[in-house]
Amino acid sequence: MIEIRQLRKVYPARGGGREVVAVDGVDLDVGAGEIYGVLGRSGAGKSTLIRCVNLLERPTSGSVVVDGQNMTALNARQLRAARRRIGMVFQHFNLLSSRTVAGNVALPLEIAGVPRRERIRRVGELLELVGLSEKGRAYPAQLSGGQRQRVAIARALAGRPRVLLSDEATSALDSQTTAEILDLLRDLSRQLGLTILLITHELEVVKRICDSAAVMAAGKILESGRVADLLARPDSALARAAFPLDGTGREGSHVVDVVVRGAQADQPLVATLARRFDLDVNILSASVRTIGGQTVGRLRLELPGRGTANTTAALAYLAENGLIVGDGPTTDVSQVLADDQPVPEEAGRVESRVAPTGPEVDG
Amino acid sequence: MNDLIQNGTLWEATQETLYMVGLSTLFTVLGGIPLGVVLALSDRGGFATRLLGRLLGTIVNIGRSLPFIILMIAIIPFTRAVVGTSIGPEAAVVPLAVGAIPFFARLVEAAVRGVDPGLVEAATAMGARTHHVVLKVLLPEALPGLIRGLTVTVVALVGYSAMAGVIGGGGLGDLAVRYGYQRFETDVMIVTVVLLIILVHLIQMLGDATAKRLDRR
Repeated sequence: MIEIRQLRKVYPARGGGREVVAVDGVDLDVGAGEIYGVLGRSGAGKSTLIRCVNLLERPTSGSVVVDGQNMTALNARQLRAARRRIGMVFQHFNLLSSRTVAGNVALPLEIAGVPRRERIRRVGELLELVGLSEKGRAYPAQLSGGQRQRVAIARALAGRPRVLLSDEATSALDSQTTAEILDLLRDLSRQLGLTILLITHELEVVKRICDSAAVMAAGKILESGRVADLLARPDSALARAAFPLDGTGREGSHVVDVVVRGAQADQPLVATLARRFDLDVNILSASVRTIGGQTVGRLRLELPGRGTANTTAALAYLAENGLIVGDGPTTDVSQVLADDQPVPEEAGRVESRVAPTGPEVDG
Repeated sequence: MNDLIQNGTLWEATQETLYMVGLSTLFTVLGGIPLGVVLALSDRGGFATRLLGRLLGTIVNIGRSLPFIILMIAIIPFTRAVVGTSIGPEAAVVPLAVGAIPFFARLVEAAVRGVDPGLVEAATAMGARTHHVVLKVLLPEALPGLIRGLTVTVVALVGYSAMAGVIGGGGLGDLAVRYGYQRFETDVMIVTVVLLIILVHLIQMLGDATAKRLDRR
């Protein structure tokens, strides 16, 4: 549904500064009906990336194809028509304070030239869809943050788009409200066959609703794929962030990270290693979560005696049984992921290239 | 003083002031809003739009740097061409509007620039054209600010209209000069000043109340 190829966005140098490469050669494929999350810290370039999809930002080079249409090749009139088929929601909701809830939802319909009678009918439908039928006459200032985002979602869906872009839609909301909005987005995606591309700095968003995800830093995609697959990869930054593992083990021991999925999670793994290979296996840390209906766990195990026959045999056993094995403590890639700082509004627009440093994500 | 009240001169002068201020306000709104919007939007457009913005900005600055009394006299030929005369309240409306349009346009520009750019972005993402953005987003969102700017402008017009009296515009200012100043009738001077104070107060109160009622933020 969305195909992004070799996308680059360079902001020219301004006021004595250097030029800024906000998006640096990104490829991204979002399938129809999929919820795709781009995760990264503020300044990673994700805000620019999502704005390149509906050409709020014109890419410096590369192509963006949405629903078979090459966005960069459209003329002004075609672009406006294409934008009407792409909904967008924002971190700060961007509702008109001068209009009621119903008036805000009607705005895209007015712009599209929908007749008044049809507009009123459609606004009623949309407000019902997001559970705000009673609030049509209220003004945005009278609503809570979660309600405002619902209004913004209803507005974004007014033109029956096949694609919804979500720019940090839950970042200004508390965790309870975030969960409600995410569930609404997931339900709408299922119900309407809507494809959603969202950007976020919150790991929770990806874990809760995304089918696929990409991790972005310094304008580049570090890894991408289905969330379940990424989590099973020992070298995945997403997995490391989702399942934070500590512990470095003692000198001379062999430390491995093990991933268990689905039925494997029910096997007595540590006991098996101890019995079959006569090893005093030590669990340094472990983390088990259910994501996308699948139980996934990561364990960091310490096997005594690096390079001994028993340890080598145990590692071979783990590898054979599809318990994917990675080496233990390495550089912590999860630093490329989000911290819980809200994204400053302006920082989202002009992204910097500074390599991110910051606290590790708490899964 | 009592004569002036009884023979209706005072009332007539008040009506003339209201007429001058009212009509020039109308033209100021009609001219100032489009001008202000163009000034606010011009730096987002292409080369031609930006050039137009620069040009209009320069004209506005020239208009605003002329003291009103000079402007009024300088455009007498223009006034005569438009109204057919340069004397009386009708004629005074022309310099009043010409003087107030650039003033109000800058206030409109500030109010429009104060609208959250996120709203423009949202409208653009909906496939809005420029006129949609202006008419459905920028002006309605800027409305409380526009009303406050207009209040300031109308109050300034009351002051200008008193000055217009000097070159035969009529109104309260004219009365104050002819009776209060030239005939040393201090009580006339005081009454006209009190009337002007009341007028300005009423305008300010009306403006504040309207802006407050329209502000849904």
